[in-house]
Amino acid sequence: MTAVAAPDRTGARGVAPTEGLRKPRRYGRILLYLALVAGALPTLLPFVWLVRSALMQDAQMFVSPPEWIPAPFQWSNFSEALTTQPFGRYFVNTLVIAVISVLGTVLTCAVAAFSFSRLRWRGRNVVFALLLSGVMLPYAVTLIPTFVMWQELGALDTIAPLTVPSWFAGAGGGVFNIFLLRQFFLTIPFELDEAAYIDGASPWRVFWTIVMPLSKPAIIVVTIFTFIGTWNDFLGPLLYLQSEENYTLSLGLASFQSMYLTQWGYLMAASAAVIAPIIALFFVLQRYFIEGVTLTGIKN
Amino acid sequence: MRRLETRWGILMAMPAILGFLIFTIGPMVASAFFSFTDWTIGASPSFVGLDNYAAMAGDELFWKSLTTTTYYTLGSVPLVLIVSFAVAMLLNEKVRGLAVWRTIFYLPTLVPAIANVVLWIWIFNPDFGLLNSLLRQGGLPASQWIYAESTAVPSLIIMSTWGFGNTMVIFLAGLQGVPRHLYEAVSIDGGGPWRRFWHVTLPMMTPTIFYNLVVGVVGTFQVFNQAYVMTEGGPNHATLFYVYYLFRKAFTESEMGYASALAWTLFMIIMVVTFLMFRNARRWVYYEMAGAR
Repeated sequence: MTAVAAPDRTGARGVAPTEGLRKPRRYGRILLYLALVAGALPTLLPFVWLVRSALMQDAQMFVSPPEWIPAPFQWSNFSEALTTQPFGRYFVNTLVIAVISVLGTVLTCAVAAFSFSRLRWRGRNVVFALLLSGVMLPYAVTLIPTFVMWQELGALDTIAPLTVPSWFAGAGGGVFNIFLLRQFFLTIPFELDEAAYIDGASPWRVFWTIVMPLSKPAIIVVTIFTFIGTWNDFLGPLLYLQSEENYTLSLGLASFQSMYLTQWGYLMAASAAVIAPIIALFFVLQRYFIEGVTLTGIKN
Repeated sequence: MRRLETRWGILMAMPAILGFLIFTIGPMVASAFFSFTDWTIGASPSFVGLDNYAAMAGDELFWKSLTTTTYYTLGSVPLVLIVSFAVAMLLNEKVRGLAVWRTIFYLPTLVPAIANVVLWIWIFNPDFGLLNSLLRQGGLPASQWIYAESTAVPSLIIMSTWGFGNTMVIFLAGLQGVPRHLYEAVSIDGGGPWRRFWHVTLPMMTPTIFYNLVVGVVGTFQVFNQAYVMTEGGPNHATLFYVYYLFRKAFTESEMGYASALAWTLFMIIMVVTFLMFRNARRWVYYEMAGAR
């Protein structure tokens, strides 16, 4: 019945109802955009507050009603906040940890995903299912023994506890990365592998010269999320790094906060400086971000 | 070839397998063992059986941390789900400049946890913070936010809502996957937007809602940073979240055995809650295969 009715509506008779609908529909559009603006304002307001406070003198911040435009623009908040503590050094420390973690995670997760998707061996699916079951484990369960292990190894206050796990496919939701890459690898035609094997290629060669180059989007997604994960990590550095020269940005900002409790101009400038690189990265790689989040959500 | 494949297969999976053994299974077994011991770092653990678990029953702060965390979860998860679903619905209406809107709503989720916390300390500042400034300008009474026992957790719930972008993007992807012909069918039967929402959008979105619900609950049960940096569990233990209490037991009071018991209890709570959610899901989550007529 519906199949017959459908073309009928869009035919000659369809003109009248659309005419009638136009007016409420336009109001609907206006309402829609009003609702979006109403949602966007409270979302953006904290950012406005951050930037405004980062550029303001303290005196101007402590007035009521609040002022929104800094006068004068106190750019020195940035230079002073970022030099009272060695934020440059924290930046380098964070970057080193993030780069080592990303390299390790991408490489070892991709290798594992290749094995789980394109090589046949006995027990493969059982092993993969076991690895996946680890996703449900709260980090609190492994926290204490892992800490004790690194302590026994004398690795406290080094970057080893923060980077070595990533070389065992284990940083930034390791198993999940394997899952994601595996899903992607499964979409690449298997004939490519077979042709290469006939030519005498090794599995490593197939992985490195065929599968990896064809999987750039998935690799970029894993790179981004691992990078953000390590860049934003707080608990890890808090547990393992002790001397100030080893601090990451997150740890540095937390200690800065506890020392300059009421220096809001400095605090906001330092926070803005910590946030800025991630936001910049987002704008460069925006497409992959949204794709990545979507991929992660669709997995179940 | 077959043998070659097996050799390479195991070799290439080895880093992941070793990682799983060293960083998941090993610590898991170890913490289960530690949870039956009395143990401070430096000393050797002494076996005490179920004493740690029994002690939890009489530990007021344990119960406090459990109720506080549950309170936070019950506030934050539904709020984030509703807000992100509503915004995703708006964005699904063929809006102009979709990428720009999506970016705006996604932006807060990018803010590193600690920068987020520092920013919100200033926003919650009772004297010159953003929220009280706005309230005063609107002629409304100001609040003590995170600095009063009764408003501390609600404040953190508000703060968590700011990061709804991740959930929203997942909802949006789900909405874009709802088959168009279902909407057309409702329209042809004379159904308006309300009917389309109740009879098509909502049922078709239940799997996505369920996914976000589970991820949200498991995530909020493990909240830590806010308590550590913003409130130190206060005022008067009002924000003593479970993982923060565990962290304090382990690394401040050095009661590693008790903290391990706390960790395993959390694991079991999360498992039970997840199991209950999955069992309950059969009643309201729509799956294409089962529901096909």
